[in-house]
Amino acid sequence: MQNPTSDSRPLIRFDRVNKSFGDLTVLDRLSFDVAPGERVTLIGPSGSGKTTILRLLMTLEHVTPAKDPAAEGGVIWVEGEPLSHMEKGGKLVVANERHLRQVRKKIGMVFQSFNLFPNMRVLRNVTEAQVHTLGRSKDEAEAKARELLDLVGLSAKVDNYPSQLSGGQQQRVAIARALAMDPDILLLDEVTSALDPELVADVLGVLRDVADTTSITMLIVTHEMGFARDVSNRVMMFDRGQIVEEGAPDEIFSDPREARTQDFLRAVLAE
Amino acid sequence: MNEWNNETLVEVFPAIWQGFLVVLQVTLVAGLIAVVLGLSVAIGERIGPPWVKRVLSLVFQFIRNTPLLVQVLFVWTATSLYINPEWSAFAVGSAVLGVHYASYTSESYRAGIEAIPLGQWEAATALSLPTHRVWGAIVLPQMMRRSTAAVANWVIAMFKEVPTLFVIGVLEMIAQAQKYQGQHYDGAVEGYTIAGILFLAASYPVAVAARRLENRLAKSHF
Ligand SMILES: Nc1ncnc2c1ncn2[C@@H]1O[C@H](COP(=O)(O)OP(=O)(O)O)[C@@H](O)[C@H]1O
Ligand SMILES: [Mg+2]
Repeated sequence: MQNPTSDSRPLIRFDRVNKSFGDLTVLDRLSFDVAPGERVTLIGPSGSGKTTILRLLMTLEHVTPAKDPAAEGGVIWVEGEPLSHMEKGGKLVVANERHLRQVRKKIGMVFQSFNLFPNMRVLRNVTEAQVHTLGRSKDEAEAKARELLDLVGLSAKVDNYPSQLSGGQQQRVAIARALAMDPDILLLDEVTSALDPELVADVLGVLRDVADTTSITMLIVTHEMGFARDVSNRVMMFDRGQIVEEGAPDEIFSDPREARTQDFLRAVLAE
Repeated sequence: MNEWNNETLVEVFPAIWQGFLVVLQVTLVAGLIAVVLGLSVAIGERIGPPWVKRVLSLVFQFIRNTPLLVQVLFVWTATSLYINPEWSAFAVGSAVLGVHYASYTSESYRAGIEAIPLGQWEAATALSLPTHRVWGAIVLPQMMRRSTAAVANWVIAMFKEVPTLFVIGVLEMIAQAQKYQGQHYDGAVEGYTIAGILFLAASYPVAVAARRLENRLAKSHF
């Protein structure tokens, strides 16, 4: 079994999860656990299903359900509660919108393409959901937003529109926006891939700070191997929706066992 | 036919001006309907249950693809025969014109909504924003920026089609010119000329303003 045994209940559990797009099976009975506070990096070739895993957790995609979840699994669990499903009459059924609305509040995501709201100034990008999702007062939300924007080095930009910021600055706002919601789980999908090389370091620096100063559980998809090595506790190598191998970053990066991992790392380092 | 006569021109002017005021009133009422109903249809087609989407799309496709003149005559005849003969031509005509143009503005709004990147919806979902905020704070402001100029152009086009309502007896400018002609056996040509000039005088500045607005929106940070 590929799951490391941990004493505490897993924060995230994929239990034989299936995901297909039409005829294309992307995930085939994928199982893994993530412990509270763990930082897990997902690596693997393009198309191996890394983004799909993160999007399933964010409920932007939905699992392809098994006929009998009790016997066959196909369920994603977060904090011991079903995420992809909900309990109804003692049975697990596919989650409806109301259930998803409830469970996704524990999870935050930063996207490759930032996805800031262009019609809102930076400050409001960070306060909007605090006020309207969490019900915080405007003052409380603003104080929190200013604190986080300070953390990501953008205190001077609170009154700017996203279009007036560089890509790296926009991404740092997006990180502040996600953190403002106090998520238990932060999903980072290639957050520096769309950036000019000289802007990558600032964004990674912010994420290192976050990793050092919080206990947020993180799932990270990245090609920045130095960053992955520094912040993660575990690296999972994916290929075609399967975990090829996993282990501590030092093991995987310095001494990978599987040929597919070796090839992949060689290709990434050659870039 | 009578010859062109400057004195007639002066005499017919007050009647045509009355008609022009009616045109403006119709434009106001019908424009409001076109702007608000068009928006509601575009939103309904997006968030309504499947049957609502189907019905809306069918009804408005039908309206878009049949002539305004036919709709005006049909609804006017139907309401006065079967519903309420007291309803004024002004009210019925404005409503038909407004609904007809809502079928166009809804398309402009829809295009504006569809142009919003998927990432905006996904970011809103990731932040668990309630539906009314997703629409009110994210989708509609971004859509307005893209659709406002197009919708303004539809309202200008609609303004120029108000004379169609003359067939059901709305006393707009054409009807006024003909009424004057009926009473004085003179003045129709002069009346139509004034009508044309008033249309031009009113729609040209509005069109220029709409173009300006379009440019300004394109240049703003948002
Ligand atoms: N919405 C979608 N519709 C169809 N196929 C998709 C969709 N999203 C992802 N895929 C496919 O699923 C596979 C895994 O994609 P993805 O999870 O994005 O991989 P990765 O992030 O590892 O590059 C790819 O073959 C991709 O083409
Ligand atoms: Mg990906």
